[in-house]
Amino acid sequence: MIPEFGHYALILALCVAIIQGVLPLVGAHQGRREWLMLARPAAQTVFLLLATAFVILAWSFYINDFSVLYVAEHSNSQMPVMYRLGAVWGGHEGSLLLWVFLLSTWTILVSQLSKALDEFMVARVIGVLGLVMSGLLLFILTTSNPFERLLPAAQDGRSLNPLLQDPGLVFHPPMLYMGYVGFSVAFAFAIASLLSGRLDAAWARWSRPWTTAAWVFLTLGIALGSWWAYYELGWGGWWFWDPVENASFIPWLVGTALLHSLAVTEKRGGFKSWTVLLAITAFSLSLLGTFLVRSGVLTSVHAFATDPKRGVFILIFLVLVVGSSLVLYAIRAPKSTMGGKFSLSSRETFILSGNVFLVVSAGSVLLGTLYPLLIDALHLGKISVGPPYFNSVFVPLTAPLLVLMGIGPWTNWKNSDLLRVIKRLWLAGLIALIAGISIPLVMGEFTWLAGLGFLLAFWVISSGCLQIIRQAKVGKPTRSFIGMQLAHLGIAVFTIGVTMVGAYQEEKDVRMSTGETVSVGGYQIQLKSVNLVPGPNYQAMRGTFLLSKNGNTEATLYPEKRNYFSSTMPMTEAAIDAGLTRDIYVSLGEELSDKSWAVRVYYKPFVDWIWGGCLLMALGGVLAISDKRYRIKLKRHAA
Amino acid sequence: MKPRHKRALIIIAALAVIGVAALLILNALNSNIALYVTPSEVAAGKAPQGQAFRIGGMVKEGSLKRDGLTVHFVITDLVKDIPVAYTGILPDLFKEGKGAVIQGRLNPNGEFVASEVLAKHDENYMPPEAKHALEQAQKNGSTK
Repeated sequence: MIPEFGHYALILALCVAIIQGVLPLVGAHQGRREWLMLARPAAQTVFLLLATAFVILAWSFYINDFSVLYVAEHSNSQMPVMYRLGAVWGGHEGSLLLWVFLLSTWTILVSQLSKALDEFMVARVIGVLGLVMSGLLLFILTTSNPFERLLPAAQDGRSLNPLLQDPGLVFHPPMLYMGYVGFSVAFAFAIASLLSGRLDAAWARWSRPWTTAAWVFLTLGIALGSWWAYYELGWGGWWFWDPVENASFIPWLVGTALLHSLAVTEKRGGFKSWTVLLAITAFSLSLLGTFLVRSGVLTSVHAFATDPKRGVFILIFLVLVVGSSLVLYAIRAPKSTMGGKFSLSSRETFILSGNVFLVVSAGSVLLGTLYPLLIDALHLGKISVGPPYFNSVFVPLTAPLLVLMGIGPWTNWKNSDLLRVIKRLWLAGLIALIAGISIPLVMGEFTWLAGLGFLLAFWVISSGCLQIIRQAKVGKPTRSFIGMQLAHLGIAVFTIGVTMVGAYQEEKDVRMSTGETVSVGGYQIQLKSVNLVPGPNYQAMRGTFLLSKNGNTEATLYPEKRNYFSSTMPMTEAAIDAGLTRDIYVSLGEELSDKSWAVRVYYKPFVDWIWGGCLLMALGGVLAISDKRYRIKLKRHAA
Repeated sequence: MKPRHKRALIIIAALAVIGVAALLILNALNSNIALYVTPSEVAAGKAPQGQAFRIGGMVKEGSLKRDGLTVHFVITDLVKDIPVAYTGILPDLFKEGKGAVIQGRLNPNGEFVASEVLAKHDENYMPPEAKHALEQAQKNGSTK
């Protein structure tokens, strides 16, 4: 009976979501106050209903109710409880339920934290979110019901794909979805302001922290996914330009552009139409990402069972959302495109240039991702666009961003003396130049790409440090200033990691027998033994490797080759000795005929800086949100 | 500078960036695309010469032979067989009788030297490219 309650809750949620989507918008249009008042309670009801559905699905996993099709397909009575709960979003239906649940969480947060905002605006924002919610709930109920029964019930479940049985599953999808879905708030604010015609600095101030919050989640979600792929998939890479990775990265790029453009709109009232367009684009790309990942048109770790009906539904929904927003935009967008006057050497120009590069690089990634689909749809053959395409296009388009990042923060709004800025920055330029030449030489080999990477990274770092020192002398810097610097520093740290790994990593696939030693990156790795060890729902062959440098043992590594009982597929579990300046990565291949093993040994210098950089960016975002000016506003209105 | 000129300058600069991006993209697309080819097409000599491409199909039962780190196997669409050599560690899901997608080039002896064997992530999942190759071969087989 209980799963039926879950299904029932979803149907009710759809009904209430339609009310939440229609009445407040009509009410705001016609000035009916009593309809406006429905927005908050409706949103709260939807949230409660979806929370109920979510808990019920989790409960079905917890008690191993294999009469629910989704549970039977994604769980197994031998799986540890943590993964059984993670399996709630381990498949298509459940991950969509997570999507709508998070959407309603964002809606509730907006409705609770926006008490100071005028009620027409709030009603419109909640209304737009309600419409999006209705579309997705309709999608779930018509094509992807997670509560569908399996009769007669299965004896045991088919188990979750062993690749997903990892703590990464518990954190990566919710984080990423929080980011994806979070852009719906920026979108709703943009649409609401187009509807009301009140596209002003106050609107930008309100939607800015929400956009930053979504961006923080998306940054962390992508970083977690990248880290997971690195240690779990056994390939040792941190980014593969897999279409699904791109699907999350494109909204990130546009979201980053949106953050900066919102700053101009808030501070100077400029770039209004551009900002609105970015908000619409960021959310549309999030939906497109969902479509690409869930429709099965792409082959990847995230593609679940394919069902053309689903793809068509999301595509129609996407066209509706994008189409109607763009029509509204065309009718209502303010005509004065640039806003307040500014000279070519102003901060506005720098942010605008950054925006152009971000959007163009997002476009190039989008093109590379969709190109094979397009060619296939036109029956021109089947092709694949590989990482070399992305590397050769993306790097030249993003390198200028780091140059701008070193100068932009020094400039003033409206107009600034570029000559004076340059005079202050000569030291940063010098440090960058020295770093760009000397670090590659210290690492043993100079390549132009590595030189450029270090040059740009140290340019951003030293320019940031100089500015922080300068600001600290003048007075206490604001949190949003520190946040901005921290996020830019994160980009630099990330760049160092990427450059180091790209230029100086060593990857070796070797054949090893017990007692043999292989050396990589100045380290020696000796295979001690390979033994059979039992796990909770698998058996593993576990290798014991001794890692040493110059005769001193540094660590013992235990990579595993697992065989899950519920699956015929073996599973590689890499062992990593992580460090600030390098990771040593060992994974077991297959046992070869003569009792030796195929072993993969990697030396990855500074690889953890890649994720460390992302963490800094996210931290910067959090600091920026906690800036005083947002809080003062809240307090004043609460009092 | 007049505002009108300024706006024109900004637009020209943005267009320049887009132009450079378009050049980069066209250039990269030209050299970095891998075509999917079915085993039958390779056998018919339709594979691109001197260029990397991808083959989708099934790994033939009983064809897997190990020679140290190098593996030899046969990829098939159940009509034509193509011998493949690969040096390195195979992905977990690589198995005889299952679908696979491989990237590489043909050597003069007609053997496909793989640079990459693509991992598919679910044992119940068939790569569409492999499925496509099988369907294609079946269709041609029944009409001939």
